[in-house]
Amino acid sequence: MSILVLAEHHDGHLAEGTAHVVAAARQIAEHSGADIDVLVAGEGVAAIAEAAAGLEGVARVRVADHAVYGHQLAEPLGDLLVALADDYSHVLAAGSTTGKNALPRLAALKGTQQISEIIAVVSADTFKRPVYAGNAIATVQSADALKVITVRPTAFDAVAEGGSASVEAVDTVVDNDLSSFIDEKLAQSDRPELGSAKVVVSGGRGMGNGENFKLLDGVADKLGAAIGASRAAVDAGFVPNDMQVGQTGKIVAPDLYIAVGISGAIQHMAGMKDSKIIVAINKDEEAPIFQVADYGLVGDLFELVPELEKKL
Amino acid sequence: MKVLVAVKRVIDYNVKIRVKPDNSDVDLTNVKMAMNPFCEIAVEEAVRLKEAGTASEVVAVSIGPKAAQEQLRTALALGADRALHVQTDERVESLGAARALAKVVEEEQPELMILGKQAIDSDNNQTGQMLAALTGRPQGTFASAIKVEGDSLEVIREVDGGLQTVSLKLPAIVTTDLRLNEPRYAKLPDIMKAKKKPLETRTPEEMGVEVASQLKLVSVEPPAERQGGVTVGSVDELVDKLKNEAKVIS
Repeated sequence: MSILVLAEHHDGHLAEGTAHVVAAARQIAEHSGADIDVLVAGEGVAAIAEAAAGLEGVARVRVADHAVYGHQLAEPLGDLLVALADDYSHVLAAGSTTGKNALPRLAALKGTQQISEIIAVVSADTFKRPVYAGNAIATVQSADALKVITVRPTAFDAVAEGGSASVEAVDTVVDNDLSSFIDEKLAQSDRPELGSAKVVVSGGRGMGNGENFKLLDGVADKLGAAIGASRAAVDAGFVPNDMQVGQTGKIVAPDLYIAVGISGAIQHMAGMKDSKIIVAINKDEEAPIFQVADYGLVGDLFELVPELEKKL
Repeated sequence: MKVLVAVKRVIDYNVKIRVKPDNSDVDLTNVKMAMNPFCEIAVEEAVRLKEAGTASEVVAVSIGPKAAQEQLRTALALGADRALHVQTDERVESLGAARALAKVVEEEQPELMILGKQAIDSDNNQTGQMLAALTGRPQGTFASAIKVEGDSLEVIREVDGGLQTVSLKLPAIVTTDLRLNEPRYAKLPDIMKAKKKPLETRTPEEMGVEVASQLKLVSVEPPAERQGGVTVGSVDELVDKLKNEAKVIS
């Protein structure tokens, strides 16, 4: 039995998360000896399939290219996965909004309890995953014949490129008269994507207002960083929700995370505490963020951030 | 239209959790419990639909131990009309919850069912999607706005990188994201009134659904503690440490 990885893609490009999910699949394959297939579902996705075929460790790329999969809506994607699942022991996807949307549908229709956001593979049926906002790590074992799993991409190092998998078309076309796509408003940014950036600069309630977030631009420009925010800053209306780092937002693990004016609520730390180096800038020296920061700088962010920009 | 809303009893989000010394699970003895925050948003949205005249009845459902009735009473105080408790002491995971809710949906035939996108204990983010699949209904997950348009529902969804708008044929399932609304607090007179609202209790056995978990919880451990570092005295010192000690910038 093989392992199936659902490819993550946006705007005609294979998303980086896919290479991390394939890495998790390879760890499972070490225990089970299985081959790894990647499924690319969408409309006009030939180039994406070629990119997926280049990922190391992939045996075969299966391509479902049809208008019904056009915006990767959960209903047709779930039905497609159900139609293909009998060939597989494991179906994996990134713990992205696409993976989270579609995979539970497959699990439910196959009578399988899905395992969400794994961070480690113990064996082919046993996995570690964070619970309670990452304040506990559960080891769970599945007796289900089909394992349906989402993967936290930051927990697995991406596989390299240089593979040469075969590419085959899947001619399964499902019906969808339940849901339809209307439009999409995606933030336009020249910055790296928050989930995969090497450096992240985040602002919290201490930024005071949305306008002040521009202060972070200079530092982010110099470091090639993505800009994030705490839930408090999002709740206060400073910035949009897609910038949120935390239990209920994005989980990041960059080489360098700079938290500016962020006190360090449990749910924020859940989203960033696996970063390699954490820097905290906050005027309150008692703020919990300093307990996880490698380097803490106590003081007024409105003086310190411009100074940091100058000295980088 | 009739709106069903699911609520889950979870550890209060302010409580710092402890793992049991034998690593069998998280220790929930004498810990403050509350309604899952995303479920509060679901209840609020359902109540607002009723206040706007869109919903005719709001029914709150919870699956769990007897004490989950406290959270159902909270939902009633917030404006739900009646409550249904599926009582079980089993460790229920998403699939079991979705199966029980699918049975309730089959019996109640709501036009709309609203759930939280995830519970802050298991952090699974599955139940709404599973319920949608089991009932053959479309899903609008991670909703930040919903609007009834005749026999369909327009949902603005929080997706990676921005917002997506979809149209769902009713009846449909919605899961809430943070910005859908700001939940109200229950007022004392409403809390008193809620005690008199109908609350029906049933068991999974009499409903003919299997809710017990299919996953074996092998162990639960605290995460690796991150060691706090040093306080630096100046921006110069910070930049020096990042360059020469941590070597994360050049």
